[in-house]
Parts: sequence; C-alpha cells; structure tokens
Amino acid sequence: MRRYVSVAGGLARRLLDLFISSPALFIPPLLMPIFFFTAFAGGLSAVDNTPGFDYPGGYTAFEFGFVLLQAAAFGGVFTGFSIAADFQFGFGRRLLLATPHRSALIVGYGIVALVRAAITLGVVTAIGLAAGMNVLGSGVDLVGMYGLAAIVNVAGTLFAAGVALRFRSLQATPLMMVPTFLFLFLAPVYVPRDLLAGWVGAVSDYDPATHIMETGRELLAGQPADFLAALAIALGLVALLGVFAIRGLRQAEAAG
Amino acid sequence: MSPTARYKPSLLIQIRELARRSIMRTVRQPASIVPATLFPLILLAINSSGLDATTEIPGFPTDSYVTFALAFAFLQAGVFAVVGTGQNLAEDQVNGFFSRLQLTPIRPAALVAGQLAGTLALGLFQASSYIAVGLIAGGSIEAGIPGALVLIALATLITLAFGSIGLIAGMRASTPENVQGIFPVLFVFLFMSSMALPRDLIQTDWFRTVATYNPVSYMIEGIRSLLITGWDGEALALGFGFATVILVIALTVATASIKSRMVRA
Repeated sequence: MRRYVSVAGGLARRLLDLFISSPALFIPPLLMPIFFFTAFAGGLSAVDNTPGFDYPGGYTAFEFGFVLLQAAAFGGVFTGFSIAADFQFGFGRRLLLATPHRSALIVGYGIVALVRAAITLGVVTAIGLAAGMNVLGSGVDLVGMYGLAAIVNVAGTLFAAGVALRFRSLQATPLMMVPTFLFLFLAPVYVPRDLLAGWVGAVSDYDPATHIMETGRELLAGQPADFLAALAIALGLVALLGVFAIRGLRQAEAAG
Repeated sequence: MSPTARYKPSLLIQIRELARRSIMRTVRQPASIVPATLFPLILLAINSSGLDATTEIPGFPTDSYVTFALAFAFLQAGVFAVVGTGQNLAEDQVNGFFSRLQLTPIRPAALVAGQLAGTLALGLFQASSYIAVGLIAGGSIEAGIPGALVLIALATLITLAFGSIGLIAGMRASTPENVQGIFPVLFVFLFMSSMALPRDLIQTDWFRTVATYNPVSYMIEGIRSLLITGWDGEALALGFGFATVILVIALTVATASIKSRMVRA
C-alpha cells in the first residue's frame, strides 16, 4: 500500500512541478471556464428577463452551476492530455516498467486533475462572488455542490485516461474534448430545462449532466434538491468510466 | 551561371505554385477541415435550441435564434483559420520547407498569398456550408440571394483577416503545438462580443462596453444585418471596414516577419 501511494504521489508531484515550471501548460485550461463564466453570466444576463426564467439566485448563479461542472470535467480532460503526451513521448512506457501496481498511475493523474479543478473552481468562485453572485444555499448545501463537482472531475479524468491510454497520442485530444463538450452542452446550459426548445430539450432529459447540473444549481440556491439521485448518477459515471480507464490501461500494457 | 540558375519566375507564377500547394494541403487534411467546419455547426445547433427562449425578450430583433446565431458560426470559422494557417506555417518552419524556400528566388508576398490560398478555399467552403445548413435549419437571409453573395464576401474577408493573424502566430511559434495556445485567447474576443445577444440588450454595463470596443462585434453585426435586417449600410461598412483594417495590419506584420526570416538565412 505504501508503494502504491508513493507511486501515485510521485507521479502527481512530477506533473504539478511541471505546471509550476511551465505555466503555459496550466494557464489556458484555467482560463477556459473563466471565459465561459464571464461571457455567459455577463453577456446573457438579460436571459433573467425571459418569461418563465424563475431561478431564485439570478443568472450569474445559474451560469455558475454550469461552469462548476465544466471546470470539474475539463480539469480531468486536460489531465488526459498530459497522459497522452507522457505515453506519446515514451515516459508512460517507462512508468509502466517501473510500477508494480499500475492502477496507481491513474490515481496519480487523478490527484493532479483534482488539484487542477480545485484551483480553477477557487478562481471561478472568487470571480462569481466578486461579480455579486447570490449564494442562497447553506454550508452543507455548498459542500454537497462541490462534492458533486469533485466526483464529476474524477469521472472526467477516468474518461480522458481511458481514451489517452488507448491511443497514447496527443492526436486523440479531440476524442477527449468533444464528447465532454457534448456531455455538458446537451444539458440546460443557458436556460432551465422547461425553457429549452427543439432537440436539445428532448436530449437533455437523458443527459446525466442535466441532473447533476440541476442539483448543483438547486444546492447553490438553497432549494430542495434530489441530491442522492445526482450522487448516484455521478458515482455510476465513475464506476463505468473506471472500467473504461482500467481496460485502457490494460491495452497500454499489452502494447508494451 | 547556367540558364536554370538565372531563371526567376514571376510573382504570379510563384503565388500560383504556392497557392496550389496550400490548397492541396488543406484538402488532404480532413482532420483539419471536419472539426473546423463541424464544430461551429454543433455550437449553432446547441445554442439555437438552448437560447431560443431569448427571442421573447422585448426588443430582440428576430423570432428565429438560428438566424441570429448563424453569424457567430462565420466568426468561429475565422478562429479556426488562425489556428490552421498558423500551424501550417509553423510546420513549414519545423520541417525545413522554409529553409529550402530560402534557397530559391521566392518573394515574401508570394509566400504570404500562397499560404492564405488554402485558408481562403476552406473559408469559402465553410461559408457556403453554414448558409446551406442555416437555411435548412429554418434560418433566413433577409437580404435575399444578393445578400447571400455579400455575406460570403464578408465571411471570406474575415477568414482572410484571421488567417493573416495565423501567419503572424505561425512565424512566431517554435512548434505547431504552440499555435494552439492562442486558441483560448481568440475565444475571449469571440465570447466578449455581441455574439449571443444584441449589444443594446446586454444588461451588464462592463460587458456591453467591452463588446462595444471589440471589433468582433462589428463583424458579427455586419453578417447579422444581412440575415435579419436586410441592407444596413452602416453595419456592412463597419463589418467590412474592421475586417479590412485587421487584414491590412496583420498582412503587413506577417510580411515583415517573413521578410526578416528570409534574410536571416
């Protein structure tokens, strides 16, 4: 167990050191959710006046519910880029040779993704509060909301790791980004679900992100939320994508 | 000196040969064409469905959000033009094509025009695709068929202007991957504009101010005027004007960068 933790921790420390020495690797992914939050909350604030828009926290808080999940999921996806780069340039192969319990590698990358998402969410939250975002939920509600985001981050990492370990090339980055982008944007990003029109309205009912996003927004607004259902969905994603990631790891091992 | 060594092809021939290479290179890269064309369409589909309710805000200029949002697709194509053109030029530097060119009597102007030919071809394809898909999805062009032609002209000018920025990025990048780094920065300009709502309906003061000073707003509004209003001389003049200014500045800087790179040999 100590060796397992040592491998995961060592790998995480290496990547975090890399981010400190090369901010160009860390800053663009950090900026993305900030841009989305600023652009949507600022540029679309008039959506507040749309007939039927009844979110009690206002439009900035409503968009925070989306950016929370985006920052969490993309924290995992961008870590998948690092996995792909490590394997493309041979470091991943050396890691496999040096590690007895190879799932520790995924855990190590997962720690990096969590740190990355925590920093991004901290910045986005600070911007939201500075912009006058209404937080109507209690402390417990907020713990639940950030907890859901952390689980989505793990799911995002596992998905990106599964793709990265199968392709072991940076050329697979669109395969990590596009499904995650669709997962998020097929949920009610701009308006509540009952105001969605057309095909997105129909598809969003079946998008797991919809239920997690809505629960996050309800918790932020201090409204009654079906937290357990959202938790079950998020953990279900982690379980499914965990299998996907482990099978990807086996493929990377088999490829040598 | 042999007759072959003395031969110096005219500027037109130089441009033609480099343009052919650039267009063939673009056509042979479906991995570049498909995302650059499809991604704006996916975002159009999602946004037009997700933001359809905003057409009920008093003062919204149309009851079709597809028509309103269509203009944004053309600007996104411009962002892909920056990255595509920049990456191609950076690749030419990394793989030695540029160094080989330095041994020839090639002129920087030919190099710039040639590199932009592929961007222009892709831009024309994208503009035609967006108009076709927009009309199929229920959008309309208030200015009619002549308006569609002007729209293609404006979209192409915008693509060339952004492509020229890509040339600058490509000249300054040490690797093609580095060009990707400017992608989020460009998205700031796109999102901090009147892309999602008309400027007079943006309630947040600072955002409206940023959108007013952002040239992207005027390019979007130029295209949007043809789709929604019909013939609006002021919006078109601002759209064409800003695109031309960006094109001229970016071409001047890019040509100067290429000239200095050619001298360094």
